[in-house]
Amino acid sequence: MPGTLRRTRSILDFALASLLRRKGRNAALLGVYTLVVFVAASLVFFTQAVKREAHQVLADAPGLVVQRTLAGRQDLVPLAWADWVRGLRGVRSVRPRWWGYYYDGAFGANFTVQASEDAALPAGSARIGAGAARILRVKEGDLITLRGHDNLPLLLTVQGILSSDSELVASDLLLLPREDFQTLFGLPPDQATDLAVDVANPRELPTLAAKIAERYPEARPILHSEILRTYDAIFDWRGGLLVAVLMIAVLCFAIFAWDRAAGLSAEERREIGILKSIGWETSDVLLLKLLEGLAVSLTAFLSGCVLAYGHVFLFSAPLFEGALKGWSVLYPRYRLVPVVDGYQLSLLFLLAVVPYTAATLIPGWRAATVDPDAAMRS
Amino acid sequence: MIEVANVTKTYHAGRPNAYTAVDGVSLAIERGRLTVLKGPSGSGKTTLLSLVGCMARPSSGRIHLRGVKAAGLPAAGGALEITSLPERFLTEIRRATFGFIFQHFNLIKGVSTLENVMLPAYPLGGDPAALRRRAGELLERFGLSRHAREPIDRLSGGELQRVAIARALVNDPAVLIADEPTAHLDSHLSEAFMALMGTFKEGGRTLLIASHDPLVYDSPLVDATHELRDGRLCGKASA
Amino acid sequence: MIQQPGVLALLAASALVAAFLALAAGFGLRILRRWDLRSGSDLQLALERETYLVSTLVAFALAAEVVSLFLFVFTADGLHGRFAGAMCAAGTLNAAPGGYATLLLKVANCLLAGVWLILNHADTRGYDYPLIRAKYAFLLVLAPLVWVEAFLAFRYFTGLRAEVITSCCGSLFSQGQGGLAGDLAAWPERTAMAVLAAVLGALFVAGGVLLRTGRGGYAFGLLSGLAFLAGTASLVSFVSVYLYELPTHHCPFCCLQAEYGHVGYLLYGTLLGGGIAGLGTGALMPFRRRASLAAALPALQRRLVLAALLAFGLFALVVAYQVATSSLRLGP
Ligand SMILES: Nc1ncnc2c1ncn2[C@@H]1O[C@H](COP(=O)(O)OP(=O)(O)OP(=O)(O)O)[C@@H](O)[C@H]1O
Ligand SMILES: [Mg+2]
Repeated sequence: MPGTLRRTRSILDFALASLLRRKGRNAALLGVYTLVVFVAASLVFFTQAVKREAHQVLADAPGLVVQRTLAGRQDLVPLAWADWVRGLRGVRSVRPRWWGYYYDGAFGANFTVQASEDAALPAGSARIGAGAARILRVKEGDLITLRGHDNLPLLLTVQGILSSDSELVASDLLLLPREDFQTLFGLPPDQATDLAVDVANPRELPTLAAKIAERYPEARPILHSEILRTYDAIFDWRGGLLVAVLMIAVLCFAIFAWDRAAGLSAEERREIGILKSIGWETSDVLLLKLLEGLAVSLTAFLSGCVLAYGHVFLFSAPLFEGALKGWSVLYPRYRLVPVVDGYQLSLLFLLAVVPYTAATLIPGWRAATVDPDAAMRS
Repeated sequence: MIEVANVTKTYHAGRPNAYTAVDGVSLAIERGRLTVLKGPSGSGKTTLLSLVGCMARPSSGRIHLRGVKAAGLPAAGGALEITSLPERFLTEIRRATFGFIFQHFNLIKGVSTLENVMLPAYPLGGDPAALRRRAGELLERFGLSRHAREPIDRLSGGELQRVAIARALVNDPAVLIADEPTAHLDSHLSEAFMALMGTFKEGGRTLLIASHDPLVYDSPLVDATHELRDGRLCGKASA
Repeated sequence: MIQQPGVLALLAASALVAAFLALAAGFGLRILRRWDLRSGSDLQLALERETYLVSTLVAFALAAEVVSLFLFVFTADGLHGRFAGAMCAAGTLNAAPGGYATLLLKVANCLLAGVWLILNHADTRGYDYPLIRAKYAFLLVLAPLVWVEAFLAFRYFTGLRAEVITSCCGSLFSQGQGGLAGDLAAWPERTAMAVLAAVLGALFVAGGVLLRTGRGGYAFGLLSGLAFLAGTASLVSFVSVYLYELPTHHCPFCCLQAEYGHVGYLLYGTLLGGGIAGLGTGALMPFRRRASLAAALPALQRRLVLAALLAFGLFALVVAYQVATSSLRLGP
């Protein structure tokens, strides 16, 4: 057994030395390879992290949200519904919610606005997200001005900046007292944006949703689990689309690698001929080629993954958040929480190492099976 | 030690460009002797060397080796029949039994002298430190220690040949095979080469040299000469 | 069809492995038909060179299969959120036809490819290619299995529909459920434990006998296969219960998740390694009498037996540890 190990060691040393001897050629290959892995890994890390982030945000969301539709579009919900729902069996709480979007023409930014029932937030004050504070260039204690639906300005004192590890949601948030919210948008006092319903036993949610839909035909009950599923589907679909594009890139790379491996330089051919003539066997040369390939692909795999990790989790994926996140202009500064798991790594390994090894396998075999006596006349 | 019986090697058999390079050759090579194959260019010397040295398999005929240790191989009456062995086994025998000195030296460019000498032993999986020591001693013996770390690209013709000889000896083979060893040397270096062969012979090694250089085949060290012409042996072996 | 990176990568890998095995089978067929060791012809030399390519192709296929086996389970696990009712891989695999068949075939192909490589290794130890016909005939069986697996995987993934409501480990692997999974779950823990202990005990005895006297290789191979099956069954019937510390949770996939320290990888990895080494030992038995293998085969078999015993021993230790340290105590 140690003999086998020592043989592998010696051949590995020689493989690494051979790679270094042909630095120029191999550096180009390694560069392209690392780039492919980098893009693939960034993509996989990014989708996974955003997906997890969304799950976390939705984790404390209510089990059921009741909206109302009018002519198929979302409309305000009468507060009377809330009282009826509260009376149903198994319902723990019903909370009317007020939220919407506010476009600030002066700053060219879109904000999420939400009403707060918190008594610590008196009328005339607001709490805003870190991203919003950055855009509006305000800090705690400053005044912000919003333009109401009736063109009248609404002045609010910034009572605090929201900091949260799930910046995804908090970043562009303006949290207003309910009265100010209703004034800003001119909402009738007896209506809310939607109702958040919590139940004691989540298994009863579908039954509850059915009851509500029966009583109010224009109601649209949305289950928490459905939201999660839709989210996942959207992220995966986008990720899948990009991976499909990426597979083409990997394929191109594999063809490139094949071509290079098949077109071994005359020098390399001569070397293999010499090795065989001095007593290396076909499987020794195959091992040499395999180790060379593994050295290249593992280096590319590791450096690609490390670079992608930095790109996604330290620099917030500047390369494709536009394509994948597609939300408000506020997010560029937003930082993802690192998540890397076995699924991602085995996926990347399969995407990166397997095609390269597959592409160089047959050319490697061809090179390894030259006749040893060919080296006797060159 | 080596018996060649009616061996033929045909390249591209069954095709229009078929060519028989060695044709029905039979000869015996004695242990501890210096045997020379001579003949004009293209007469099949190199081909015969490659058959004897387990580098290629003959198209027909038999080659037997005696006194070769090979685990797991049948040796009827002490003679090992190597003609139909798989490449893996041929290589194993070749590594253990034969050392080659090629016409063009066949050293690897860009690799240090020391590593060039060590290369044949890599697949054997021996102790690396011992191997390094052995290779160092060989270089020392041939006056090449100074160049051990240098890539072979800078060495002179005579030095290159000595590196090639050191490499042939690194696995301590019983038989040394040299193909046109003096083709690239001046007469002074050629004589030095033959002197070296003399010491190997004294050391008990079997030597097989292909050459058309009179300095080689007329040397007093030679025990037997076989002449090849168009792939056939001509005349009786002279001793 | 679900557009998901893992799914696309798995399908691509399946296609690649299927293509490689087609290539290998093509060479294998040619070798079976034209092989003539006594000949020094160019054709024979070319065939001998091709044997190197075939073994490289199969080794590659095995490596890709093992990586994709894990990715397959990961992907199924990651997709569980998409299907109402799915809580882990068990639910996802049940969400479309072919899920479990693909998984089982993948495992079987890993075992078979491993055994093939062992036969191949033994073949290279003999100077007259003693196993050449056996191993290429075997390859012609293995290749179609890999194609079927690729087809099933394709059908499964294209058949996945997001709106499907599936049943998951909670009901699939529950005692009231019919079918193999349900039966395994319904197996009383004591019996299951006794069976596993008996099979592993017999395996160790057979291994000891084989190491001492060189006899009983067939029995050892058979027992290794049984130990693989018993090990897998015990994961469903009682190891899971102790691991999750829930008397009714019999899922064989949840143990791969991080909550349980990824102990599932160790369990499945040892089972797979032990299964391959043990079955390989048995598969080598018919060739022991070949003159060309007389020297090499016993040594190879010894090493395989030791590897198999090591793997199954480790499996047994991990299982014992889990059972002993679990806070769950099952009644008598
Ligand atoms: N691989 C091959 N395919 C076809 N013909 C070959 C091959 N190798 C050698 N030959 C032919 O076989 C003949 C004998 O070659 P060989 O190299 O054995 O001669 P040689 O006696 O060593 O000649 P020299 O003294 O020039 O080295 C030559 O005509 C050569 O062209
Ligand atoms: Mg010649």
